[in-house]
Amino acid sequence: MNWQAFWLTVRLAAIVSTILLAIGIPIASWLSYSRWRWKFLVEAAVALPIVLPPTVLGFYVLVALGSRSPIGRWWESVTGHSLAFTFEGLVIGSLLYSLPFAVQPFAASFGAVDRTLLQASASLGNSPLQTFRRIVLPLSKAGLVTGFALSFAHTLGEFGVVLMVGGNIPGVTRTISIDIFDQVEAANYSSANHTALLLLIISFVVLSIVYGLNRRPWAVGPWR
Amino acid sequence: MKIVIPARPAPQASLEPLSSELEVRIRKRYHNPEGSFNLNVHFRALAGFTILFGPSGAGKTTLLDCIAGLTPVDEGRIAVGGEDLYDSEKNKDVAAWKRRIGYVHQDVALFPHLTAEENVAYGLRTLRAAERRSRSRAMLALFSIAHLRDRRPAQISGGECQRVALARALVTRPRALLLDEPLAALDRPTKSHLIADLRMWNQQHRIPILFVTHSGEEVFALGNEVIVVESGRIVAQGQPHEVMRAPTIETVAHLSGFENIFDAKVVALSKARGTMTCHLMPCQQITRESITGESTTAAPDPCRLPTAAVELETPLVRANIGLHLRVGIRAGDLLLATVAPQGLSARNILPGTIRQLVQRDVMIAAMVDCGGAQFEVHITLAARDALQLVPGKAVWVVVKTHSCHLLAM
Repeated sequence: MNWQAFWLTVRLAAIVSTILLAIGIPIASWLSYSRWRWKFLVEAAVALPIVLPPTVLGFYVLVALGSRSPIGRWWESVTGHSLAFTFEGLVIGSLLYSLPFAVQPFAASFGAVDRTLLQASASLGNSPLQTFRRIVLPLSKAGLVTGFALSFAHTLGEFGVVLMVGGNIPGVTRTISIDIFDQVEAANYSSANHTALLLLIISFVVLSIVYGLNRRPWAVGPWR
Repeated sequence: MKIVIPARPAPQASLEPLSSELEVRIRKRYHNPEGSFNLNVHFRALAGFTILFGPSGAGKTTLLDCIAGLTPVDEGRIAVGGEDLYDSEKNKDVAAWKRRIGYVHQDVALFPHLTAEENVAYGLRTLRAAERRSRSRAMLALFSIAHLRDRRPAQISGGECQRVALARALVTRPRALLLDEPLAALDRPTKSHLIADLRMWNQQHRIPILFVTHSGEEVFALGNEVIVVESGRIVAQGQPHEVMRAPTIETVAHLSGFENIFDAKVVALSKARGTMTCHLMPCQQITRESITGESTTAAPDPCRLPTAAVELETPLVRANIGLHLRVGIRAGDLLLATVAPQGLSARNILPGTIRQLVQRDVMIAAMVDCGGAQFEVHITLAARDALQLVPGKAVWVVVKTHSCHLLAM
């Protein structure tokens, strides 16, 4: 059991899902309320990581982070080292990879909030932003928890993107799924089984929390 | 410590009586399930209740949404207390949340995650906590819902939810109040309590209240002024007894309870007696369902072609012989007799046959066929038993001249 890889993965997933909570809420609210006619293109782009092979996503992230790209050069000038094959690079790749798993539940729960509640809030002198904070966010708790948990679980198990962007550096970019791969390669089946089982259990627990919450989204909702 | 912060400007209604007027001139294309319509209205509402009355789909809710700023207007002007909220000429459009117009939606729209008190205090965001609490508690007490303070909307009854919604809108001291059928879902005693509470509040806070309903009863209970809206236009306006008692428009007639409506042709005028004679024509009687969108029990059957001439003496109006018009008669204004009546002042005594007796609560609706014209007559259970009325029995329908209301076609 490689605890170093385990804690690295948990740290990665926690950081990624927390950042996604912060950037996913504005994106999701824009997706739920915008009437822009080309909005569907943005929706499609956000959903891309669901269908794209992780290696494809990883490849482009690697290219974008590399020292030939403007982003990569800017990062090197600020920090003095390259983004590729670092933990930071891994975070960026994972953010893109797990984005739809956060944004889609957020957007669905924002969209499910009854519009007349928003109108009532406006008639009571609350700006759209105040209405969002006081009405939409509290009524979307279940969706926020779901998005957070799904992006956490999804990041825990990622493999392709990590391998492309981060490589396999122990303590820096070696996550559990890569560790399992290494152990299988080395014919170390018992150790691979321990790690795989742990990942399985954690993922199951996280998903159980999600579905348990969604079973009764709001005990006092008007749509019950 | 001194509490200052009058976050909102004090209401000006008490200083300048005219300033609380609501002026609405709106043109807007809107859509409802039956198609798209043009909402085109112009009216002023003074302090007090103004009833917006009309069938569903007439554009009443769209009109309120326009005034509240929740839906865009194509053209026109909306002003309250002399201040423009919307003016297409000046390119002015104040955002909904800055309009200070109270709005109680048809479906109440209480915030489900907040308690009754938090709901009421919701619009007092800019006040200090102490002020916020004292004002919302005073309002809860005024609407007799102080005991529900800590409950959530799902834990209180429909009538109580309506009270919370009203309190929530009123506590912000809006410049005008829009109520979209706020009493529709309530039983009668709850309704009359709420109406009394609203009236009491309005006596202290003289602001215009636009009250949407399609119940004729509420019109009489509340209104100083009623505006009848049909297909996006104002078709009648005035005091309730003027508009409702002598309706000149068929929609109003149906909504205000004319069970009998006949197409008729003027066949004789008697200026000396102040009456005229109308010949009832075959007609397609419009059921109330098609107008209000609500099904009513046992809607009157469409009249059949008269086999014999049925004539009615009606009050005289400015009309020429041969003019087509409609006659509306309340079922409760008609009498039934089992023998040919004599010595009556009523001018119309029509022989007929009972076709059907339908019991509605404690009332009987008798459908009587008088030579092809079918009348609905409302009688009591006792009258049915005393006269031994059964389908097939020959009767006389007695219609007073002044029970015949002439409607424009």
